[in-house]
Amino acid sequence: MELRNEMRLEFLSKSQNESFARAAVAAFAAQLDPTLEEIADIKTAVSEAVTNAIIHGYESPDKYVQVITKIYDGTVVIEVIDHGKGIEDVELARQPLYTTKPELERSGMGFTVMETFMDEVEVTSAPGQGTRVRMVKHIRSNSGETGNG
Amino acid sequence: MRLNSRRDKDVLIVELCGELDHHHADEARERLDEMLEDTSIKHMIFDLSKLQFMDSSGIGVFLGRYKTIARRSGQACLAAINPQLDRILNISGLYKILKVYDSVGQAIKGIREVQ
Repeated sequence: MELRNEMRLEFLSKSQNESFARAAVAAFAAQLDPTLEEIADIKTAVSEAVTNAIIHGYESPDKYVQVITKIYDGTVVIEVIDHGKGIEDVELARQPLYTTKPELERSGMGFTVMETFMDEVEVTSAPGQGTRVRMVKHIRSNSGETGNG
Repeated sequence: MRLNSRRDKDVLIVELCGELDHHHADEARERLDEMLEDTSIKHMIFDLSKLQFMDSSGIGVFLGRYKTIARRSGQACLAAINPQLDRILNISGLYKILKVYDSVGQAIKGIREVQ
């Protein structure tokens, strides 16, 4: 796959930035001519990953979350990275309804939403070092000059 | 995020406008719980016609308020769901416990029919 475009965002781990992050990634992905549904999927998945970084990765608003978005032919690849506390057991964290914060009425559906709305979700994490969520979405509406189907 | 509320007898109707994410969920939860302090409210309708975006943070907001209404033996309903919301609500399992209507009018009618 040939890289067509790339953008990098870095912002403080404040909850106000969740809407900024998903809107920015969606606007950048728009160059692939996605459908409204595909845009909604991307926004929702980014919102989940960034929220996880903010409330589980850092638990404080003075750290930085990084979002890298890469555009290939007909495909967008999004990485959401924090350097926070990391996840002890990634398999367990990905289970539907699993949450470490039920007192905040967290539903434990974040990873399930990402997996449902994106084509691939890969989670790399180490306790004390942080978490990287890599998500891939194939944009089916794109007629694409090359390599799309 | 903006919340507009009105009453139809013992039914509280809340219109959620804007985006319901983790940032807005805390405020929404607080405001909804304040409204529900009025114990003459028995049933609740969430009007989602102006809700443009929701992530899984919204699931907890609906579920928490559903529990309050269920303790009053009332009905909690969702009305006017757009396709983006439908996908996330569907995987959340909320459709198993919350009734869904095309409009607020139909939701009120549905509540009255069960009573």
